[in-house]
Amino acid sequence: MAKAPARASAAPKKTASTPTPANNREQPRDPVPYDATPAELEKFYREMLLIRRFEEKAGQLYGLGLIGGFCHLYIGQEAVAVGLQSALDGDKDSVITGYRDHGHMLAYGIDPKVIMAELTGRAAGISRGKGGSMHMFSVEHKFYGGHGIVGAQVSLGTGLAFAHKYRGDGGVAMSYFGDGASNQGQVYESFNMAELWKLPIIFVIENNQYAMGTSVNRSSAEDQLYRRGESFRIPGMQVDGMDVLAVRGAAEAALEWVRAGKGPVLMELKTYRYRGHSMSDPAKYRSREEVQAVRDKSDAIEHLKKLMTDAGIGEDKFKDIDKEIRAIVAESADFAESAPEPELHELYTDVLVEQY
Amino acid sequence: MAIELKMPALSPTMEEGTLAKWLVKEGDTVKSGDILAEIETDKATMEFEAIDEGTIGQILIAEGTDNVKVGTVIATITGEGEDAAPTPAPAPTAEAPKADAPKDEAPRKAESGTEQLIVKAKAAVADPAIPEGTAMVRLTVREALRDAMAEEMRADDRVFVMGEEVAEYQGAYKVTQGLLDEFGARRVIDTPITEYGFAGLGTGAAMGGLRPVIEFMTFNFAMQAIDHIVNSAAKTNYMSGGQMRCPIVFRGPNGAASRVGAQHSQNYAPWYASVPGLIVIAPYDAADAKGLLKAAIRTEDPVVFLENELLYGRSFDVPDLPDHVLPIGQARIMRPGKDVTVVSYSIGVGLALEAAEQLAGEGIDAEVIDLRTLRPLDTATVLASLKKTNHLVVVEEGWPTCSIASELAMVAMEHGFDDLDAPVTRVCNEDVPLPYAANLEKAALVDVQRVVAAVKAVRNRG
Ligand SMILES: Cc1ncc(C[n+]2csc(CCOP(=O)(O)OP(=O)(O)O)c2C)c(N)n1
Ligand SMILES: [Mg+2]
Repeated sequence: MAKAPARASAAPKKTASTPTPANNREQPRDPVPYDATPAELEKFYREMLLIRRFEEKAGQLYGLGLIGGFCHLYIGQEAVAVGLQSALDGDKDSVITGYRDHGHMLAYGIDPKVIMAELTGRAAGISRGKGGSMHMFSVEHKFYGGHGIVGAQVSLGTGLAFAHKYRGDGGVAMSYFGDGASNQGQVYESFNMAELWKLPIIFVIENNQYAMGTSVNRSSAEDQLYRRGESFRIPGMQVDGMDVLAVRGAAEAALEWVRAGKGPVLMELKTYRYRGHSMSDPAKYRSREEVQAVRDKSDAIEHLKKLMTDAGIGEDKFKDIDKEIRAIVAESADFAESAPEPELHELYTDVLVEQY
Repeated sequence: MAIELKMPALSPTMEEGTLAKWLVKEGDTVKSGDILAEIETDKATMEFEAIDEGTIGQILIAEGTDNVKVGTVIATITGEGEDAAPTPAPAPTAEAPKADAPKDEAPRKAESGTEQLIVKAKAAVADPAIPEGTAMVRLTVREALRDAMAEEMRADDRVFVMGEEVAEYQGAYKVTQGLLDEFGARRVIDTPITEYGFAGLGTGAAMGGLRPVIEFMTFNFAMQAIDHIVNSAAKTNYMSGGQMRCPIVFRGPNGAASRVGAQHSQNYAPWYASVPGLIVIAPYDAADAKGLLKAAIRTEDPVVFLENELLYGRSFDVPDLPDHVLPIGQARIMRPGKDVTVVSYSIGVGLALEAAEQLAGEGIDAEVIDLRTLRPLDTATVLASLKKTNHLVVVEEGWPTCSIASELAMVAMEHGFDDLDAPVTRVCNEDVPLPYAANLEKAALVDVQRVVAAVKAVRNRG
């Protein structure tokens, strides 16, 4: 299958790279773009499109007042979750992230209906309507949230990795966090323990260039975030997060390292969020042109579509897929609108597990 | 003239120790910095160094001697050119006055207000949760806690202990002594000084299916980690609609310790007890420490388990049962009485019991309740007692504002108003950061006399 062609991108120059080590320590191998089969390309495309359409719909429902509070959309970043999680073993590897979590759940195959119903605060929601957009979990899918405190998922994810190692179950934890979160102290506390104890974890910085309104340059003394693990001897990789094959390829190199018991890897995925930080974002910190330029030049879905077209997939096929995805999303929205709210007695359930 | 070497105080609370081993013998010449002996306290084994140069004259306390009081002359050193020949040995007691020792050289043990917190009082009645006729063993609170962890670790491979100095050092307060030897480094894990990080790691490991026991060297340092205790551990089950369990125990010493100043002396019980989703336990005696820690490790809910350093070395009777587990959420009547209800928890229970003794001599029959669990609070036991005595006094080694005492006063207002013959009274620490100076520390902390006075005052109101 086609390798990812070099292309102009607003974000990174290289698709993926392991920086030259400052010493002779062993490093993960240099990642290469993933050599996907046509079926895999289509699968990536479907998943990314599902996330995009789902998020667009969530935006609409928010505008209609059906979704309340904070709602952080993943539009623009789809290739990250899809590329990385496609490389994981869903039976044993665990995933944890922050509040911008819808995409990671969809990429892990969780039913869009129960996610959307959680966004609308219904009893059928994955957290029975008690978590909301930022707090969703699926123990069944080894998806551990869904956390509203910036950076918390990094220590918690390190704990998931600890549990994998303790049990010797061969699992790897993947902990996603933002460029803004990468300035939290607990991230470095976790880096230290993870490397010290060689825990099976991949730390993923989704560098979408902004933490709310603060750009990376305004918040980070070292803005090459893949280097943030260096003083803990954690190898870093910088990856084009707008190219799903580059992402998948880098994930394979990282997983090889981690599964071999060599400890954590830090991946920086250069990406971009098209929408506001949450639904209530004045968007004064960047220009419309900047956003438009990324959409035009680097959009992950368009990029993949082009690869597939080059590989001979016709427009009809894309139309079919689009129709199918729209139907799934419409169904989940209908479900989320019509499902009943939780019973009032649910207010008092699930506070504690046991009776005292 | 011979210099007397005296049993040193090696920690603020040390009153006596074991002279474990002499590393010199009579006639040896020593210089400053040479290690003379190993001394064991309840917390650790320490080396005792020479400060002066000279020759060891006499060794007055043989190695292996237990309970050597601080200040006891244990050996003599003669200076250069002096006669090192043994002189008749003086009686090796700390009390024996040394005529030749200038007064101001006598070691003066730093006083502490925490001494007023340490009383000998014990429950007057047996815990109904323990079968009648059960044999008892004497254990310190420290040993009881260690045994609880060891038993649970033997029974369940998912249980592990993690924290600063819990493994090789055997615990900053020796609570985890011996666990590394028995269970190895996979299950007894020394962490870097990284409270926020390891509290989060532990919480994640609990979410991932393990049963972590996370030790904070003291709860003062858990302030760095309170985010994970409250936001990650306590709320996740609710936020996930009951899917994500977090069976974790956060444990360590809480409350005032001796002369360590404000940053190391705080009672966090009311903080954690205010959080839905947490279980908060604060035991007084060794039997409860053991039975409740085992229950805490077993429950599916996250537990904050508040110990007290000043109680670690106290010995109590502990049921000699293969599996002594107590119910969470049940207070215990420590002494039945009919005139006034005195409620407390943790170290305050001792003060309440001691005060009840004194009050009995003055014809006031106080009922003493140990809450044991602070969340969920056993209000039924407190209210039933109030119904009987019509007077309620709360004793709490902690600040008065927004305290467990405040909470109990509200409980009495809401559910026991008609039973009250006088306003609820509280005996708490003064509302200031804990001072260092011995006299101020004494003034700041609760004591038995304050409890006695409060009970009398409340009785005089009706
Ligand atoms: C401890 C904490 N501080 C502040 C916030 C408020 N907050 C929520 S998201 C956010 C920005 C985070 O940006 P980044 O880590 O880059 O992630 P992104 O939103 O770009 O995905 C902030 C400041 C929070 N939720 N938690
Ligand atoms: Mg960001």
